Amino acid sequence: MANPKYEFIQGNLACAKGAAYAGCKFFGGYPITPSTEIAEFMSEYLPQHGGKFIQMEDEIASIGSIIGASLTGAKAMTATSGPGFSLMQELLGYACIAEVPIVVVDVMRGGPSTGLPTSPAQSDILQAKWGTHGDHPSITIVPNSVEEMFTETVRAFNLAEFFRTPVIILGDEIIGHMREKIRIPEPGELEVINRSLPNNDGVCKTPYASDLNKPVCLPNFGKSRIHVTGLNHDDTGFPTMDPKIVARENERISMKIYHQRNLIDKFEALHCDDAKVLFLAIGSAARAAEEVVNVLRERGVKAGLFRPITLWPFPKDEFAKYAANADYIVVPEMNLGQLKTVAERFTKRTKIIPINLVNGEPLGPDTIISAVNHLNI
Amino acid sequence: MRKEIRFSGSGGQGVILASVILGTAAALYENKHAVQSQSYGPEARGGASKADVIISDEPVKYPKARNIDFMLCLTQKAADKYLPDLKEGGLVLIDSDYVDVPETDKYKVVKLPISSTTYDKQGKLIALNIVSLSAFVEVTKLVSEDSLEKAVLQAAPKGTEDFNMEAVKIGRELAKTLK
Repeated sequence: MANPKYEFIQGNLACAKGAAYAGCKFFGGYPITPSTEIAEFMSEYLPQHGGKFIQMEDEIASIGSIIGASLTGAKAMTATSGPGFSLMQELLGYACIAEVPIVVVDVMRGGPSTGLPTSPAQSDILQAKWGTHGDHPSITIVPNSVEEMFTETVRAFNLAEFFRTPVIILGDEIIGHMREKIRIPEPGELEVINRSLPNNDGVCKTPYASDLNKPVCLPNFGKSRIHVTGLNHDDTGFPTMDPKIVARENERISMKIYHQRNLIDKFEALHCDDAKVLFLAIGSAARAAEEVVNVLRERGVKAGLFRPITLWPFPKDEFAKYAANADYIVVPEMNLGQLKTVAERFTKRTKIIPINLVNGEPLGPDTIISAVNHLNI
Repeated sequence: MRKEIRFSGSGGQGVILASVILGTAAALYENKHAVQSQSYGPEARGGASKADVIISDEPVKYPKARNIDFMLCLTQKAADKYLPDLKEGGLVLIDSDYVDVPETDKYKVVKLPISSTTYDKQGKLIALNIVSLSAFVEVTKLVSEDSLEKAVLQAAPKGTEDFNMEAVKIGRELAKTLK
């Protein structure tokens, strides 16, 4: 018989199982290709494991429902694709300012608008950072394998709970739908961070009296009344227009992320140390780029791949270090140059070669190789 | 060893499920590296549907087939669209009830009347994908009979095990008539 710890499953299912492993107890969502399998699994799993699943009337209600569920103490998530992610932007900002831990999965597909429902794209890279208005933090994670769809979902919940902020997982149609063998970790094998509670009696009258190192705890649901608002607020959660407090709190919700980047940053640097041709890629495009790196290395070309796993905040120092040594930075992506704009910010001299595909087809090694063959390497 | 496989047909025929079963057989029952992926249109039925499986001794990075060793075509449209992707020296299995492919030196064409045989033996075409998969495995020897049967049973909904195992036998015996 096959070893029951191993499963041959698709990325979306691994994501859902990762959420279950992390202790997710609430899912509110509206089905949309190519993310629907996550909702499908949760609709079966949660009612059998002390949780709740609600199919909401749309994506605005979906993210509203998980914010509400999270405020009651439940780890909560939703899953969608680009069109639904667009609708979620307003309340994503609400979760940022009200500091409510939630996990939002966006399995990217062709766009804009309804676009190509069943085709892959990577066109929500900048939406994940700046889709909602106002200055706000973004923690965005981009897995590139079925195994990472599991393990990075667990990490997404950990970061959300620890920092009291939304965490976004960006999949794409290829990573979400492809199947690979993974070993399901035993309970206790991966770290699971649970929300800390304020004190023995569960009361917390100043749920926003945080410092940069650790957000204070939300009170236990039912133990004390707190005010939750999208208006700028003081320590108690009630609105304020005091310029000092408004400035301090606006800065704090972003700086709490940047101040402890060591807990958030994650990237893969493959053959980057001596790389003259440095690839910057995420998700399924990074899998294609990795094959190209191996082909180029066999030809004697010093190629490397820098793959942010935490995309936002961008691991800029590490990238800049490798970029400074390279002759070319090649950025293959399934959009018209969103990751390229990031590369440009952190590279002063190195030439950037964009490779863009927006026809609904997967970006494969052949496309990358033919573009790279034009370079003087 | 690295083999790239593409199953193709029309949406609703079950080519994606067949590819998942092949990937499961290789990954879970033969301990190989396997990646399965698919592409299909927004329609629930009809339209072109294809699924790729790469089976290898080494980890597989890019999941789409680019240099296809073995192909299965259940519709003429799929054959016309995807046969150019079959590599020289490759093999294609076609359902000769619906698909015709001219003989060529470039690759081997294996023709089997899969649909009519399935209908004659089972009175319906619901397990056409399993019959096709089983014939495909018999021709290509990508996984053992035992691994295939285990993977089919793992995928079969409760109560349909016997029906699906019968489909496996139909496909295997059909392929054996070639020899």
